[in-house]
Amino acid sequence: MSAPDTPARADAAFADGILTVQLAGDWSITGQRPHWPAALAGRTPQRVVLGGDGLGQWDSSLLLFLFETQQWCRIAGVHCDTKALPEKIHALLRQMSTSHETSVPFDRSENFFTSVGDATIDVWRKTKVFAHFIGECVLGVARLVKHPRKFRWADFVEEMQLCGAMALPIVSLVSFLVGVTLAYTGAIVLRQYGGDIYVADLVGLSMVREMGALMTGVVLAGRTGAAFAATLGNMKANEEIDALETLGIPAVDFLVLPRLLALGIMMPLLAIYANALGILGGMAVSVKVLSIPPTAYWVEMLTIVDLSDLLVGVIKAVVFGLIIGLAGCLRGIDAERSAAGVGRAATSAVVTAILLIIVADAIFAVVFDILGL
Amino acid sequence: MPAPALTTESPAIEVAGLTCGYDGQTVLKDISFTVKRGEIFFVIGGSGCGKSTLLRNLIGLNAPLAGAVKFLGRSFTHADLAGRRAMLKTFGVLYQGGALWSSLTLRENVALPLEEYTPLSPREVGELATLKLAQVGLTGFEDYYPAEISGGMKKRAGLARALALDPSIVFLDEPSAGLDPVTSRKLDELVLQVRETFGTTLVVVSHELASIFGIADRVIMLDRGEQGIIAEGAPRELAERSRDPRVSDFLHRGDRPVPAAR
Repeated sequence: MSAPDTPARADAAFADGILTVQLAGDWSITGQRPHWPAALAGRTPQRVVLGGDGLGQWDSSLLLFLFETQQWCRIAGVHCDTKALPEKIHALLRQMSTSHETSVPFDRSENFFTSVGDATIDVWRKTKVFAHFIGECVLGVARLVKHPRKFRWADFVEEMQLCGAMALPIVSLVSFLVGVTLAYTGAIVLRQYGGDIYVADLVGLSMVREMGALMTGVVLAGRTGAAFAATLGNMKANEEIDALETLGIPAVDFLVLPRLLALGIMMPLLAIYANALGILGGMAVSVKVLSIPPTAYWVEMLTIVDLSDLLVGVIKAVVFGLIIGLAGCLRGIDAERSAAGVGRAATSAVVTAILLIIVADAIFAVVFDILGL
Repeated sequence: MPAPALTTESPAIEVAGLTCGYDGQTVLKDISFTVKRGEIFFVIGGSGCGKSTLLRNLIGLNAPLAGAVKFLGRSFTHADLAGRRAMLKTFGVLYQGGALWSSLTLRENVALPLEEYTPLSPREVGELATLKLAQVGLTGFEDYYPAEISGGMKKRAGLARALALDPSIVFLDEPSAGLDPVTSRKLDELVLQVRETFGTTLVVVSHELASIFGIADRVIMLDRGEQGIIAEGAPRELAERSRDPRVSDFLHRGDRPVPAAR
């Protein structure tokens, strides 16, 4: 509705117990309007008569005033006479009263037991979905081995580029800075014992066995895992996954395996790259701050870091990659079909992946200790 | 709400020399038309002719490459930021899929523009939102989320939201798309009821013949090749009198094709 030309008014006149209210002017929902208590002004009428002779343009704001008046009259037991108002207003007013009476709030509150029960059922459902998903993935790998030509090799290569090559800048930055931080932290302690040179051992061993894979995992969980969940969640919302199923094409073969294998291959490569960058970061600090020559740093590092350490890091990276891929794809495929559902799936994918990476890392620490690696 | 306006008033919408497109590509070239107040005006045409592009330019989602759009006599295209924001209150839009905010209930969806633009108290906003939903036949569904209702209900809820501020003009993008004929007809009846009750001007982008012949006062037909308007007038008149095969083919699409003789 356009802007009002004359302000809305409710002119009240009180005589012989009758309050006559003449409504006038232009009533606009976005502007100011009179309110019933002001028109009533503390008087106690036996009867209220409403008229609209001076009404200009009007909209829902007039209805709100009339509804307010009617509600007051009903509670006060006062007769409300609206006969002088146009029939169109009557119809809308009736509709408003009906909607007000028939609208029953939808109670979404739950008691404690219902909440616990729902949560338990949800955990059971998610466990079944997870088991089904893992089973599908295993079958998908079996189908891939049996019919390698049916595999989506183009998607696989594209995913490798997306989650591998495209992640190089962020992985480089994070790994280099982790190396720098480790070197600085190590130097604080080692300097006290005159063992500055052992910063090389600390950085080298930490990066190769632990931090290279772990930091790459965390970066890719946020970058690639969330992207997997969002993409698959959107595809589910657009019924693209349903379309695959109805064509008899397993969604896992088409969408999940290329992503999973791409991450499984790119993660160790990125982790090795991260190791190098981390060692470089440590070396930069050693050269600049601790005045250790680069050659001495390198030679010292090689006295403690060997191929078995590298193998430990690579094994971890492969597992972390699979965890990120599985968490991202599972959350995406299990996402609710809405914008909010896709958002929740992406968040859940990142949280799940990081949590599982840390749990897996702890398990690896125990297992490798037992194996003497 | 007042009855449809007098002819002496400025038209609801004036489009003059509008050219629109994307990324340097022109979709519609130099089109002009006028929509009278209280009119149900259809923009029709085949797929890809620029109906949705025109709508996006009219409502300010895309900037036109040239030309201007006026609402109720005031320029929308050349308005400053404050003027533009004020003019946003004069029109409502029903998007093709309803475009309801999924994290809000239907009542909250309708209430949001009221909270943003009116001085109403929360209780009044709630009452009005309930009324608007009742007007589109959604009483009892106020506290449902969009994901919990059907496609037709989403469109009706979208219309309730578009009507929340009692706008003078309502744009409807493919309101019948994806709906069954009965629901589609009910939505058409709702459009008529909105015009009858509020005197609202309705601009409908559609290619549903039943709706076009059922409720349109006037139509313009766009064509992809011409990049502009190829016909304008009352739909029945165009169907009966137009000699342009593109117009008559479109408006007689419902006729059963005669099988070729074997």
